[in-house]
Amino acid sequence: MISRPHGGRLVNRVLASKRRERILEEVDEFERLNIDQGRAFDAENIAYGVYSPLEGFMLEEEFLSVLDDMRLPNDLPWTIPIVLDIDEKTAARIEPGDDVMLYYEDIPVAVLHVEEIYVYDKERFARCVFKTTDLAHPGVAKVFSMGKYLIGGRVDLINDPPNPFERYTLRPVETRVLFRERGWKTVVGFQTRNVPHLGHEYLQKSALVFVDGLFINPVIGRKKRGDFRDDVILSAYEVLLRNYYPRESAVLSIVRYEMRYAGPREAIHHAIMRKNFGCTHFIVGRDHAGVGNYYGPYEAQEIFKEFPDLGITPLFFREFFYCRKCGAIVNERVCPHDESFRLRFSGTKIREMIRSGKTPPPEFMRPEVAEAIFQFENPFVE
Amino acid sequence: MNEEKQRRKYTTVSIPVSLYERIKDLIKDTGFKSVSDYVTYVLREIVAMHEAERSSEPFTEEDVERIKQKLKALGYL
Repeated sequence: MISRPHGGRLVNRVLASKRRERILEEVDEFERLNIDQGRAFDAENIAYGVYSPLEGFMLEEEFLSVLDDMRLPNDLPWTIPIVLDIDEKTAARIEPGDDVMLYYEDIPVAVLHVEEIYVYDKERFARCVFKTTDLAHPGVAKVFSMGKYLIGGRVDLINDPPNPFERYTLRPVETRVLFRERGWKTVVGFQTRNVPHLGHEYLQKSALVFVDGLFINPVIGRKKRGDFRDDVILSAYEVLLRNYYPRESAVLSIVRYEMRYAGPREAIHHAIMRKNFGCTHFIVGRDHAGVGNYYGPYEAQEIFKEFPDLGITPLFFREFFYCRKCGAIVNERVCPHDESFRLRFSGTKIREMIRSGKTPPPEFMRPEVAEAIFQFENPFVE
Repeated sequence: MNEEKQRRKYTTVSIPVSLYERIKDLIKDTGFKSVSDYVTYVLREIVAMHEAERSSEPFTEEDVERIKQKLKALGYL
């Protein structure tokens, strides 16, 4: 049996066609609130059940409970605040009980049924979630750039935010049917933001030895300058799957989500999202969801000890590397040779090679994957 | 921080004193700060296990047919 949704019920807050049409006819009568891409993706994830059991943006009690206890008020594990901020001017014209239309890129995305507007402590938010208040941390910087108030309440999705990757988009209810139809009783989720190198492949295949299916679930969303573009990542994975994975054992589908870079806390959040997609297991490697040196290399694995009731089993892996002496991809648990024999898989190194037109060596990356990347004139985010 | 932590409400559950003593002994030199911490941890694990056993799929057979068509069209099935 694949994973039970977090909290027991898969949330569906996508408006049925008749109600949706009626609301769209009256769209100009709603108070308008523009939201950024990350919040639009949050609304989408709430509506399609990726964030089950959340039905909307968090109220103050939920927000504080998540900050202090890493749990919702009903005791369910939850580590990342899902909140919508507004500035003072906006807060002055909205009040609890109002229905507000959330717009992204001039498209009405969702109706927010406002239940609460509250002030919050940004420093406490950053300290609890990111374990730092250093503005050089991108998650902290984001929090400090937010409006003074948070606005909470249930959302109803009217339109999906624009999606250039429809073909790769499966909702939790769809992946659950897919896993069932494939006869998978155990499924491991893999989160990625990068083109695959051999370290990733080895990690995924090591996990796949123990379960029926592999769910490769790249995160699509805001990226930093110099990162691989989303279409490049998908194309690289398509090629890898076609050439090196048994067709019946792996699935590629995206999730649209804004990374918080909250390291250990975000690893738990990533696991919960994949549980809602139906995964029974989740791969947690080195420095999962980390940035800079804010978190220990395996801190994102250690935090799972605090959640015996998470309902998805983490699979922990040490870092893989290629050992010239072993002639294989190994990690420190199975390789006795010293550092001089080891080729570390470095995303930075791979990006540098690609940028200078060099094909990464086959110990680093499958030639077909490298070729797929070179098909793009500029594979990097400008 | 104490004020922050005090928001969560607690209640009392009775267990035999002998069991309490066994747990107290067991958790020495572990990460558990108190018998309550340990009991909460164990209960959460067991409750989650029982909840998982009661699980049912969140879709009807009608949904399944519609979704299967989409999955076939996209090449997933």
